Amino acid sequence: MDSKQLYQELILDHNKKPRNWGQLAAASHRAEGLNPLCGDHIWVALKVNDGRIETIAFEGESCAICKASASMMTTSVKGKPVDEVEQLVREFRDMATGKLDVAAQPHHLGRLAVFAGVKDLPSRVKCAILPWHTLHAAFHNQQSASTEGNADPMGLPVTKESA
Amino acid sequence: MSSPALSRQEERAVTRSVDLQRLRADFPILRLKVNGKPLAYLDNAASSQMPQPVLDRLSRYQTQEHSNIHRAVHYLSETATAAYEGARGKIQKFINAREQREVVYTRGTTDAVNLVMHGFGRAFLEAGDEIIISQLEHHSNIVPWQMLRDEKGCKLCVIPCNDAGELLIDDYERLFNARTKLVAITHVSNALGSVNPVKQMIATAHGHGVPVLVDGAQAVPHLAVDVQDLDCDFYCFSGHKMVGPTGIGILYGKASWLEQMQPYQGGGDMILSVTFEKTTYNVIPYKFEAGTPPIAAAIGLGAAVDYLTEIGMESIAAWERELLAYATGQLEALPGVRIVGTAANKASVLSFTVAGVHPHDVGTILNEDGVAVRTGHHCAQPVMQRFGIPATARASFAFYNTFEEIDQLAAGIHRVQKMFA
Repeated sequence: MDSKQLYQELILDHNKKPRNWGQLAAASHRAEGLNPLCGDHIWVALKVNDGRIETIAFEGESCAICKASASMMTTSVKGKPVDEVEQLVREFRDMATGKLDVAAQPHHLGRLAVFAGVKDLPSRVKCAILPWHTLHAAFHNQQSASTEGNADPMGLPVTKESA
Repeated sequence: MSSPALSRQEERAVTRSVDLQRLRADFPILRLKVNGKPLAYLDNAASSQMPQPVLDRLSRYQTQEHSNIHRAVHYLSETATAAYEGARGKIQKFINAREQREVVYTRGTTDAVNLVMHGFGRAFLEAGDEIIISQLEHHSNIVPWQMLRDEKGCKLCVIPCNDAGELLIDDYERLFNARTKLVAITHVSNALGSVNPVKQMIATAHGHGVPVLVDGAQAVPHLAVDVQDLDCDFYCFSGHKMVGPTGIGILYGKASWLEQMQPYQGGGDMILSVTFEKTTYNVIPYKFEAGTPPIAAAIGLGAAVDYLTEIGMESIAAWERELLAYATGQLEALPGVRIVGTAANKASVLSFTVAGVHPHDVGTILNEDGVAVRTGHHCAQPVMQRFGIPATARASFAFYNTFEEIDQLAAGIHRVQKMFA
């Protein structure tokens, strides 16, 4: 695929000006996400009130795909009930891994469909998914999420990086 | 070609460009287009490409010579054995080993280091003994020694490097003591390109009575290596980084060491006789080559050595120096690009970061322009930690690369910067 399709204005904008960036003192849930092979490292903190995400924040060091995905995740899930968000987590993962065709199948991803192109770049899928894994880990009171091995809460196949 | 309008320098440049085009024609894969753009393959430190003579040799073996080696008396087995052992002889000459039996076939550099860890380390090291490695090592020259450390209770001592990526030799000399049993160092850093003064470092170690293993994976493809001149005890390298196939590598070891060492794996071909009571091991190098080896790959490596020899390692090194100098200039001219690894003596590796852009984004966008670079930690996380960065993008050049490909790289980086501005 053409990287222009992936690095669209929306993604570049969220990378440059990430929304909900920073820490959250009064968080009810938090988790750390690490993509050890490429070094993406983020922290997600959120406050759940009455079954809804009242507020959410993230920070960390990562590539543009990961940062934009995290930023757009926070804007999409704020105010939503937890069960709806868990549905979004599943749909986002399915889109990124090519199991959900956003053009042909029903979904609730809205503008997040901008990440559909990542499915054609296997080495970058994990960058896009990491924030969502981390959010999932936070819901389940796991302290950390990784895109590798046993620490991967979503059980994605592990790929190997060579010399 | 000789026109009065051309100066001698220009004439040389024209001649060289004609030679380069002829040489590139040997590499079918370089004719590929990626994303509609001509491929600029700048990931040679990860793996190089194979020229037609190597591909032809592999094909000839598979279609006319294949059988198992060292076994049967029939025609094909003898042909395959002769080709396999013939390749060993070519490799011996290429690195100037004293004897052919000092050349052990392995699966690659990693396998060679692990062989020495098992055969030498497990046999001769004890609790409290020390192994010196360096800050610049690839994981394959760290992890085996950590495994040995944890098994035996040994200690790893690390030679630090300066901000240019050069090892601090004074610190190295201070690491030796009565417990030092092995030095395991890289000849050329895969992440930064630094060429370490291994000859001098080996002399220092020998002054303390300590043997030295050199990881030569990034050196053998780029400079003339003479293991007798270096006087190293072990030298490890891989076929697929020197225009040969994957799945084959070499452990050079001084015969005196190899003879004392324990076999790494047991099985067929590494024995002289087997009864249920006792097995007598084969002589070196066969003692270390259990089972059916990658025969085709070994023969292919022999053809790769012929190919490199014909061009000449001096010519290869000279052209790669020019490529590195040109690429360094092109990247230095781009504001926001930082070159990581600025050793005075460097092989053709250029690691860099682009301000405000993660290396993985750089790599994905360069791929769009047909430019293949490696991004990540390059299996050398301690190097990244030393420089305080998670990753770099790395362009690594081979003798078949051109200035035009470097221009393609520079233009690609410029496009990355515009996208992220």
